[in-house]
Amino acid sequence: MFQPRSIQSSLSFRDKLKSIDYVLVFSILVLGITSMFAMYSTDGGEFKYHTESHIIRFSVFFIMFFILSFVQIRFWHSTSYLIYFIFLILLIGVKYFGLTSSGSQRWLNFYFMNLQPSELMKIGLILFLAKYYHRVSIENVNKVKFLFLPIFVLIFPTLLVVLQPDLGTAILIASGGVVVAWLAGVRAKFFIYALLVFISLLPIAISFLKPYQKARILTFLNPEKDPLGAGYQIIQSKIAIGSGGLFGKGFLNGSQSYLDYLPEKHTDFIFTLFSEEFGFFGSIFILLLYGLIVSRIVKIGNLTRSNFGKLYCYSFATAFFIYVVVNMGMVLGLLPIVGSPLPIMSYGGSSMMAIMLGLGVAMSCRVYKDMPVN
Amino acid sequence: MLSAGSGNTVIKSKLISRRMFLLSISKAVVVVGVLGRLISLQINESTKYKTLSDKNRFREWKLAPERGLIKDYFNQEIASNKQVYQIHLIPENAGSIEEVFFRLKSILNISDKKIFSLKKKIAKQKPWEPIIISDNLNWSEFSRINLFLHELQGIEPIVSIARVYNDNSSAHVLGYVSQVSAKDLKNKKYLKDMSVPGMAVGKTGLERRLDKEIIGKVGFQRYEVNAFGKRIKQIKVNPGKAGKSFKTTLDLEVQQYTAEILKDKAASVCVMDIYNGDIISLVSSPSYDPNAFVHGIEKNYWNSLIKNERKPLINKAVSGLYPPGSTIKTIVALSALENKIIRPLDTVRCKGKIELFGEKFHCWKKKGHGIMNMRTGIKRSCDVYFYEVARRLGVDRLSETAKKFGLGKKVLNDFVEERSGVVPNTTWKKKYIGQNWYLGETLHSGIGQGYFQSTPIQLCLMTAQIANGGFEIKPRILFDKSKNNLKEYLKFKNENPGQPLPTDLLVSNFDLKPLFKNQENIKIIKDAMYSSSNEPGGTSYRSRLEDKRFTFAGKTGSSQIRKFTEEQREAEVKQEQLKYENRDHALFIAFAPVSDPKYAISVVVEHGGTGSKAAAPIAKKVIKKVLERHSLRQSINNLPGDSI
Repeated sequence: MFQPRSIQSSLSFRDKLKSIDYVLVFSILVLGITSMFAMYSTDGGEFKYHTESHIIRFSVFFIMFFILSFVQIRFWHSTSYLIYFIFLILLIGVKYFGLTSSGSQRWLNFYFMNLQPSELMKIGLILFLAKYYHRVSIENVNKVKFLFLPIFVLIFPTLLVVLQPDLGTAILIASGGVVVAWLAGVRAKFFIYALLVFISLLPIAISFLKPYQKARILTFLNPEKDPLGAGYQIIQSKIAIGSGGLFGKGFLNGSQSYLDYLPEKHTDFIFTLFSEEFGFFGSIFILLLYGLIVSRIVKIGNLTRSNFGKLYCYSFATAFFIYVVVNMGMVLGLLPIVGSPLPIMSYGGSSMMAIMLGLGVAMSCRVYKDMPVN
Repeated sequence: MLSAGSGNTVIKSKLISRRMFLLSISKAVVVVGVLGRLISLQINESTKYKTLSDKNRFREWKLAPERGLIKDYFNQEIASNKQVYQIHLIPENAGSIEEVFFRLKSILNISDKKIFSLKKKIAKQKPWEPIIISDNLNWSEFSRINLFLHELQGIEPIVSIARVYNDNSSAHVLGYVSQVSAKDLKNKKYLKDMSVPGMAVGKTGLERRLDKEIIGKVGFQRYEVNAFGKRIKQIKVNPGKAGKSFKTTLDLEVQQYTAEILKDKAASVCVMDIYNGDIISLVSSPSYDPNAFVHGIEKNYWNSLIKNERKPLINKAVSGLYPPGSTIKTIVALSALENKIIRPLDTVRCKGKIELFGEKFHCWKKKGHGIMNMRTGIKRSCDVYFYEVARRLGVDRLSETAKKFGLGKKVLNDFVEERSGVVPNTTWKKKYIGQNWYLGETLHSGIGQGYFQSTPIQLCLMTAQIANGGFEIKPRILFDKSKNNLKEYLKFKNENPGQPLPTDLLVSNFDLKPLFKNQENIKIIKDAMYSSSNEPGGTSYRSRLEDKRFTFAGKTGSSQIRKFTEEQREAEVKQEQLKYENRDHALFIAFAPVSDPKYAISVVVEHGGTGSKAAAPIAKKVIKKVLERHSLRQSINNLPGDSI
């Protein structure tokens, strides 16, 4: 039922261009342009540092995404483990050479950019597990001995990130891994066991948490308790979004962000700013864009023939979805503030790079949808 | 393990799709959750959050309104406003409060104690509320601050408006303003929502009485502020409303003139228009500097005021209580005539003392006055004559007349510090002292001693109501141009000399309240007062004014502080020989000019000795001054009934 490999590899460049999912490309572009306007607003309606570097990053990584789309899916399959290990080494490198900022050691200085390997690891882990479960036969998936490796490759980077400390990213990395395992058919009981183990270890884990992390969790439970302290961000974010109303306060008129009531408005709270200025309709617009992107990636997963491609696309789409809803849930006061960027919208090079890498791999699944990986 | 068959692959692919389907369902649930939250925040609760956002955005700073002016009858400002230079500190704008104070100390003369109390205040209020570091800087200090402003984060130089009193003569009448206290905020409802730093409220006198209207309406500046409290732009300014200005009946020039005469004495003078009750002058001495209170009084000055035995802070004219002494004899005589106890020409022999009820009652003149009738009794202020009249009259009838003419109750409604005094009678004593009245006490009351207590303004009102022919007047200190019925009546009387008006017609036609039963009796008393001041032998003869335009009719009085001992009486100890605090208070009441009375005056000099020596000479000068300014006063406000 597979087409011969030769046909697949002999696709002309025109064929490849034709098979690109332009709806997805278009959605990403629209989101990118929207994010530039949002960034322009965070700069106080001036063309300043954040706007400029956001535009450059988006452009560079968007081109990267486009180029990566033409890399054969076989390549991704064959280098998955390698990519994971490179990212893991970078992550270990952070522990020794990383830059520390606001009490957290997350970045590696590469001169042209400060790289945050934990963001890349989000994609690295999905790639690794997608390949792993592609190769494990269906009978073996639920055998205990085949569970050790996935657990290890998931736990190890997650722990490294937790210790940076960066709880938000760690959760997002782990959730990506869990999604792959779920899709590969790991039985629900294992997830339940894992959950029970996690819960029983939670008290010990909490005792290792930094005071600010504990405060964040407590604050989430009752933000009004300390309105000027830890609850400030949630309250101000809710005020900003709520005061946007149906139509918003207008572009460049978000008083909450303009007057600096909104914290981290470039990064984690960019959705809040957009929502304040463009209101409910603006929020729906963003939601629809993300919905479109996620559904297009799922569609690629449906089209692609290899299980590697399917596993990767479905997992990435789900992880992407999780990134979006975790961020939105956070700024809407539904989840504790854990520090997670909104894909593409948020300011941040590593996050942009990781997402574009992920999208690039997904697009290559589209272009080479009929190509077997091994 | 690694080479899965193609059939296996298909099964796997189906498994993946199935699991993805489950994931998609849960995704949809999550999306619905996010959507629901967005609807709740941005649609359902949007109004609430818009309000909260505006609350964040806008911050208002209140502006203290300009206080209304207080002017005299001639529109001279007695209490005005001036520009003051202040520095305010907005704590949240200051990088470090400590540093700001450290720098300030090197620029201004500011004590550690003051800094300590300022810091305490800062800790209590919101960080964006300005605190006044200094509210009355001189120009050189102010310019120095401006010079160093770049080093003083959070400090704002402000040009503001503050109360200033142009002289001390009217300090007691006007009172003073000072910073709002916690007690003021609690007691005065109108001060609610008016908590502006630097706001001053009236503490005593007219400033207190008029506070509600004179204080004005608080304005505000609304700014858009950022999260750090920095003002981004001004959104709205409401300058508030300056307080209402008030015109009084006082004559500032007379005030100043009188204050100068009274300087250093513990004394008070009250001058009143006998027809409309206008208070021309109300001076209490010694005075104080009301400006000292406006910006917070210095401790040394405060202590000097408190420790001064002549009590400069007390408005003696309305709250000083003195036995009326011999000035009451006018009322005793009038009461006796009205009650037909005695006829004017009935005589009493004065031998210097009488013995009654087993007690000796002395006349002030040891040798006695000889044969006295009502006129000579008042003229020479014979005590023995009045012992006899009082004995026959009884204290209850006396108190009735005294109250009618204004003793024993507050004269003005304007001063919380005003006191009502005491007009004793048998029921009063029973009620307040719990004892029966002794007849001997009637005799003491007859010469204005004993339980009798009156304020200078009451004595002035009493005199005015005798002088105007016995009609009730309502004294006032705030300018009022309402029609004057008494003057209307006099005008009518002048135009129709042959037509006497019966009392009931007086009441109905002119809305006047006669205090007499027979107006002839009033005339008799006025004539006796004339003799006291203008005939040889009269107690105030020496202080007379012979110029017909100024001639006054008066009555002296002295109220005993301490009863003379027999030894002192035998040794004929003079008042001047006594210690200051044991000397009698000197009193004098008068009206002028005799031919056509216009004004009444009362003078009280604490521990002045005798009325004739200490009080009458003061009255003489003041009367002259007031009468000299009479035509000017008439011309300034064209009021109905003024031209008689």
